[in-house]
Amino acid sequence: MPISDTRRRVLAGLAGLATLSLLPRQAGAMTQAQARALIDQVMADVQGIINSGASESRMIARFEDLFDRYGDVPIIARSALGPPARSASAAQMSAFTEAFRGYLARKYGRQFRRFIGATADVQDARALQSFWEVVTTMTLRGQAPFEVRWHVSDRSGRNLFFNLIIGGVNVLAAERQEIGTMLERRSGNLDRMIQDLRQAG
Amino acid sequence: MAPKIKVLAFGAALLLAACGHAPVATGTNDPNEAVNRVWFQRNLALAGVVSRADSAPADPASEVPAAAPRRHPFRHALGNFGANLGLPGVILNDLLQLRPDHATENTVRLLLNTTVGLGGLFDPASRLGVHGRSSDFGETLHRWGAPEGAYVVLPAFGPSTGRDALGLVVDMALDPMRLVLPSAGDYNLSVAARLAGRFANAAEYSDLLDANVINTADPYAQARLLYLQTRRYHLGIQAEDEIIDPYADF
Repeated sequence: MPISDTRRRVLAGLAGLATLSLLPRQAGAMTQAQARALIDQVMADVQGIINSGASESRMIARFEDLFDRYGDVPIIARSALGPPARSASAAQMSAFTEAFRGYLARKYGRQFRRFIGATADVQDARALQSFWEVVTTMTLRGQAPFEVRWHVSDRSGRNLFFNLIIGGVNVLAAERQEIGTMLERRSGNLDRMIQDLRQAG
Repeated sequence: MAPKIKVLAFGAALLLAACGHAPVATGTNDPNEAVNRVWFQRNLALAGVVSRADSAPADPASEVPAAAPRRHPFRHALGNFGANLGLPGVILNDLLQLRPDHATENTVRLLLNTTVGLGGLFDPASRLGVHGRSSDFGETLHRWGAPEGAYVVLPAFGPSTGRDALGLVVDMALDPMRLVLPSAGDYNLSVAARLAGRFANAAEYSDLLDANVINTADPYAQARLLYLQTRRYHLGIQAEDEIIDPYADF
């Protein structure tokens, strides 16, 4: 019996899926140029915000938008929370992600003031494990330039950054430490921690 | 003094002979955490007395335009002065590390800032793009293959490691400025000026210290993390297993 058209198509589709899932999950899908372009855009937007002369609260709101647009906030939040994320409910995870985004925008948005008038340049993008590391330098007049490395991936379906290494300091590692301590201080009570995180940063 | 230098030179020669790669330091090794926490609190109190009188807490609800933090001219000059006094020691370490390029750049800095910069109060070298690169005997030990050792919080000097604390002692003994500046009893002026410079520099960055250390849930743990990460970065240590891939975790 000849294989029907539909059946052939379904089979071909399945074979295609199988091949796709067998492909090594590497930086492959996202090109080096795309990784660089993403960070070029992020840095242009950051400079637009800090040099806008807006009030601090306005800038923080704009940083929150920026994290949403270019950052993989759900994955950053999940990673910062660590193992407790596995036992958290979907509602708790979404509340935590929301609170964490605001906290990041307040804590780091305020520090970006230091970069007023700075020039930022993308130096290089290199494959690191399964993602891209985009190396940039920030230069403030009269001061030694320092390096900011952006970790970028498309594994959530879009090209997004998920970590920053500022002068050697791994922001995600620092936030894992911070969130871990906050949770520990509240005897592991995630809801209480989320509530306090809304005020922190 | 002379026999001390001879002993050190002998030790240096021995270490150079055994010159190898330092083991890649990762994670935190803090066996004396309880004692370290006590010194950490005392240092914070000391730094607060010296420098934090003029820092106002930032209010997120503030509608005032956000401005870049202002530089305090006196504090800035003190920071420059202390750093300049430390340069001869830095250059000596560059040479001990067989890094003539760093030694040359730091020598240019020293000459420019001591003359045009009025004894080191100003930093014209940086304006010309000659930023130099700091170094110390802790780094020299690292280059010679010494392991990092345990994390330690030193009185007044702050976060360090076993290797870097030993380096600090050697730096004070080897400091070429001791031959130039007078010393009053056990206190030598060079060390005092450099320590004052470090506090002045810390005050310049007090907003960063507040946001990333002081106002966190566990300032001690954050300071330890930040110190170890920035120190290893400065030394060029990159550990593969410190890289976080959050997509691989789930």
